[in-house]
Amino acid sequence: MGKIVRRLDKLNVKTLRKRAQAAERELFNLGITFTVYSDANAIDRILPFDVVPRILSKKDWETIDSGVRQRVAAINLFLHDVYHDQKILKDGVVPKDLVLGNANYCKRMAGVDLPGGTYVHICGTDIVRGTDGRFKVLEDNARTPSGVSYVIENRHLMLRTFPDLMDKIGIRRVSDYGLRLHQALAQVAPVGVDEGDAQVVLLSPGVFNSAYFEHVFLAREMGVPLVEGRDLIVQDDQVFMKTTGGVERVHVIYRRIDDAFLDPKAFRKDSMLGVPGIFAAYAKGNVTLANAVGTGIADDKAVYAYMPRIIRYYLDEDAILENVETHICREPEGLAYTLQNLSKLVVKPVGESGGYGVLIGPRSNAASLEKRHKELLANPKNYIAQPMVNLSVCPTLTPSGLDPRHVDLRPFAVTGRSTWVLPGGLTRVALTKGSLIVNSSQGGGTKDTWVLDK
Amino acid sequence: MTNSLLARFAENIFWLARYMERAENLARIIDIAETHARDEAGGQDWKAVLEMNSDVKRFTEMHGEIAPGNVIYFYLLNRDNPNSIVSSVTYARENARSLRHLISTEMWSHLNVFQTWLTGLRRRDVTAKKLAGICGRIKQECQAHTGITEGTLYQDQGACFYWIGKSVERLDQATRLIDIGYRQSLLLGPDRDKDSHWNALLRFASGYQAYRRTHRVNMRPAEVVRFLAFDGNFPRSLLTSVETAQRHVRRLEDGFGIESGREALGILDEIRSRFLETDIQAVLDTDLHGYLDEIQRRLQDCTVALGKRCFGHLE
Repeated sequence: MGKIVRRLDKLNVKTLRKRAQAAERELFNLGITFTVYSDANAIDRILPFDVVPRILSKKDWETIDSGVRQRVAAINLFLHDVYHDQKILKDGVVPKDLVLGNANYCKRMAGVDLPGGTYVHICGTDIVRGTDGRFKVLEDNARTPSGVSYVIENRHLMLRTFPDLMDKIGIRRVSDYGLRLHQALAQVAPVGVDEGDAQVVLLSPGVFNSAYFEHVFLAREMGVPLVEGRDLIVQDDQVFMKTTGGVERVHVIYRRIDDAFLDPKAFRKDSMLGVPGIFAAYAKGNVTLANAVGTGIADDKAVYAYMPRIIRYYLDEDAILENVETHICREPEGLAYTLQNLSKLVVKPVGESGGYGVLIGPRSNAASLEKRHKELLANPKNYIAQPMVNLSVCPTLTPSGLDPRHVDLRPFAVTGRSTWVLPGGLTRVALTKGSLIVNSSQGGGTKDTWVLDK
Repeated sequence: MTNSLLARFAENIFWLARYMERAENLARIIDIAETHARDEAGGQDWKAVLEMNSDVKRFTEMHGEIAPGNVIYFYLLNRDNPNSIVSSVTYARENARSLRHLISTEMWSHLNVFQTWLTGLRRRDVTAKKLAGICGRIKQECQAHTGITEGTLYQDQGACFYWIGKSVERLDQATRLIDIGYRQSLLLGPDRDKDSHWNALLRFASGYQAYRRTHRVNMRPAEVVRFLAFDGNFPRSLLTSVETAQRHVRRLEDGFGIESGREALGILDEIRSRFLETDIQAVLDTDLHGYLDEIQRRLQDCTVALGKRCFGHLE
């Protein structure tokens, strides 16, 4: 660690800026961009990249790695249970109506058996570090977590622009993510399909999706076809892709399309992105979808509050990574506490993602507090409240030199028959001074994340 | 593991190659047309360029009078013109964007940078003074694209469709060039003008130096046409292009067991046989336009056959 600090110290701000510019130009030229559509124009933007790496010690990483694996194991057991015997509901550990009455609970998944019992093949766990130095889980992303392409591309970029900084430091590699993911997906191919013969594909909504670059990246790194809904057909409850030589069977689909758009026959009828009949093929066990349908119930912000209890219930262990203290506004005491302490709390709608609709009490004016107060009374079930977490900071290159900025961390866990966590993960940084919101849609950037191997 | 190719990607890569080839040919033509416009014997004929691309009607609707500045803008930078260089390169990039996980990073990155540069050009950047430089750069970027492709694209069936697309487009462009070139020559007066005309035509096709090396002093129309059409050593001739296309369609079946190219191959075989049987002087004496028109029609049939059999278009 000391070595890195000394080396960084030798690079003055001007040099850092110059290299940062070179890095950003390279990102643009390589088309590592997301596309913003305005009127008639499509503008390619890069996700802002901060060249100062975020560093995690070996010990820090061991905590995160084991904590994430524990959490993913519990989530998969929880999902299998709620779509089968529902023991956890019968035992009263999680309120029945919280799960069964939840919009993310998918009735059609009841009784569907999945290879290996794996529901969440790719999980992104958002972790923050408090001022006490402890890591806490902010939320689980068990549907289609994105951002892993930036982890790997950021590393490649750092290797090219800061070889001097990284030389002989001993940083855990991230470049085998594609291979690991492909292996994990092949492991959960339908019954009767040999792992080595499994045809895996990546299903994307297409080039107009803002995360299209990541879809390309993942297909390329895995070496599998990048398909769209129109490339697939279902015949006799089996899924095929249309190739130059005719149709060919598909066994595993890593889909980057939300449940609702997956199959116009089973879900939203107006979906142009999906594949008619794919759910029936899935329910019969003829194709594996990653992630499974109906996983949204596990990363629901209201279910999140119960996660420590869920871990204890299935694994008989304490949670290695704590939750942030959460008040559930659907419960009278949670609502009362939230209303009384509104100006001290962060209030989040349970159904949203991307940082939308979040009220940060201590930074809000009277009018927005009053507005949220009314919203809470009108629809308490829609909200949870958490204390302000004083996010940890990292040195970041800003217009006024190196300055502390708030960061979070999203490690990616890949699960086939067992779980592997990519060392590090996506560090998102709030580039605006004092801001706590790290989402790319709201002015966040990313950093390379180094896990030291000793 | 299979190495099958999605029908949609086969089509994307076929068109990626076609659009890039189209852009290169157009840059070539604009460059030479402009240069020769200032030549004492040349006589500028922008209308011929419009005719070559069957664009007269669309051009007059958009720009009115056929003035050099307008034609240059129309072909280089006008994004409302689907045949302009900027449109072709943009379509090529869109196809490449769909193909990013299949093509090499170098191919994508080069095309991405090229397209960004091209879309940044304005009317003032393509004035007569700067035009040769711009066309030269476009040509070079297209050639760089071809070179990068040759050097980095994995030679599986996707690559076959790339080279099929490229040769089909070359055939298409070369038939247009010969057709309009010959037609224009008939309208010219003295022999000196004609020489300069054939000279320009050969330069359009990058064939001037090779022709000079292999032919005597006189520019005989039948010789020039024979060279552009049937010289098997000239990389842009009709014969070379059809043979390249044939080779790659055959490779689909021999190398990858893809039988869906058979109908297209039948058409290419037929086009090639016709080339070999052609008495060029006899064609020039009767109806070159009709002859080339028929080739174009068969090329269309070939593209349609690929669409139906390989790209999954509905019958």
